[in-house]
Amino acid sequence: MKVLVPVKRVIDYNVKVRVKPDGSGVDLANVKMSMNPFDEISVEEAIRLREAGKAEEIVLVSIGPKQAQETIRTGLAMGADRGILVETDAPVEPLAVAKILKAIVEAEEPGLVILGKQAIDDDSNQTGQMLAALLGWAQGTFASKLEFKDDGTADVTREIDGGLQTINLKMPLVLTTDLRLNEPRYASLPNIMKAKKKPIDMKTVDDYGVDIAPRLEVVSTVEPPAREAGVRVESVAELVDKLKNEAGVL
Amino acid sequence: MTTLLVAEHDNASLSDQTAKALTAAADLGGDVHILVAGKDARPAAEAAAKLSGVAKVLLANGDVLLNGLAEPTAALILGLADGYDAIVAPATTAGKNVLPRVAALLDVMQVSDITRVVAPDTFERPIYAGNAIQTVKALDAKKVITVRTASFQAAGEGGSAAIEEIAVPEDPGLSGFVGNRLSESERPELTSAKIIVSGGRGVGSDENFEKVITPLADKLGAAVGASRAAVDAGFAPNDWQVGQTGKVVAPELYIACGISGAIQHLAGMKDSKVIVAINKDEDAPIFQVADYGLVADLFDVIPELEAELDKVKG
Repeated sequence: MKVLVPVKRVIDYNVKVRVKPDGSGVDLANVKMSMNPFDEISVEEAIRLREAGKAEEIVLVSIGPKQAQETIRTGLAMGADRGILVETDAPVEPLAVAKILKAIVEAEEPGLVILGKQAIDDDSNQTGQMLAALLGWAQGTFASKLEFKDDGTADVTREIDGGLQTINLKMPLVLTTDLRLNEPRYASLPNIMKAKKKPIDMKTVDDYGVDIAPRLEVVSTVEPPAREAGVRVESVAELVDKLKNEAGVL
Repeated sequence: MTTLLVAEHDNASLSDQTAKALTAAADLGGDVHILVAGKDARPAAEAAAKLSGVAKVLLANGDVLLNGLAEPTAALILGLADGYDAIVAPATTAGKNVLPRVAALLDVMQVSDITRVVAPDTFERPIYAGNAIQTVKALDAKKVITVRTASFQAAGEGGSAAIEEIAVPEDPGLSGFVGNRLSESERPELTSAKIIVSGGRGVGSDENFEKVITPLADKLGAAVGASRAAVDAGFAPNDWQVGQTGKVVAPELYIACGISGAIQHLAGMKDSKVIVAINKDEDAPIFQVADYGLVADLFDVIPELEAELDKVKG
């Protein structure tokens, strides 16, 4: 089975995000960029499936600027086999991403697509579900466990409000990863060197005939209202007194 | 215009997430119909009909809808979509699972996690874990929206909408339900609790969570939360996680114990009315958002806090 893993280049999760003073967006200049953390979990899951003999080939896809090649190389260094970069400098919304991915799925015919449940830049949490819908496939979102069954289906355990849910899905399927599915590995130096020789196909949006014109017009981007620091209390008695008599929450 | 609000419920009762999302749906300006999709879900539909400002309740009862699986639920909503200008759901795991599937098949770009309705086509939503607030105008004719319920007051009761039973479409046959393992707890739900006691890495172990954090929560009738660091360390289950990658909460009182205050955690709780931070590191960022900060070892002061609460409440 072939596994397709879309990966997104985003601001590193450790970087403090700065909003541009003119309200036009978030400042991406000279900021450390990394693979979306949920996508690292996706790549790791695909590699573990191959190590367990359940997958043969792992193909990474990224949609973004030329530098998204680095994101693909990161995944290749972890152990994926090859990459596809759909190069564009324009912002691409989840719906358009799902349409491009659908075209790639139809060309590559994977048995499984693993995506992060959300990207930590726009926090949309949509692309996997949209891709499953467009393909007419089953979806296992927010997954913390994936288990293939003998009858050609898969059991997916999902992180839901209030606990866990296990569902049984027909293959092929779309999986979106939650935090506890696995812990991604670090790439070793020899694997980083090896990854430089792995192939990345360069494509454009036009190759897939998808209209990526934005459907959401960004009116403004601003800093959230700051919350002011309050007071330090010296004792538990003072804390309880303030909560009761000043804040009125007890 | 008419808006379809997809209810969050467990068949027997309606979640208050629905009443909060109703306030956002009503802000769009049109009539609001609530869809209750489930099995033997009339009690939930009756509760929905009592909410103030609801024009009609649609009740779809069927075996295939019992567990809210994405594929049949999306097929049901899609079949109703023609009659509506907007489709709205609370941004719970259920809403997040189903609605993008509907949006894609309608060829609509969904607006996720809105925190304010600026105009019927313009919304505020947090991005970058709440480090920026973006205002977006949705250009698609039909709107598909999920609502960050912590940002909206729950609609009141006093309505008496009619309940209309509707047909259930055929199961797409892609998915089946195996089982749920829900945390059994007498404590309130995190997303609707008035008080939350939350523990971080400083709690040190799952045993300490049981010994220190949960007794304080129970004394206050509070829900228990945890930081991502505490969840990653195995001290607490993931469904307790508060933050960008967990639940977003806005209780009256949030007590953060041994939580440093990483950006990703603050994104999930900074809209709480009153924040208390207990941490022995006086430089912890959590103190920058706390109304009341106590620099102390949580293991010393939480038992003391319990005793003091007994005195106050006694």
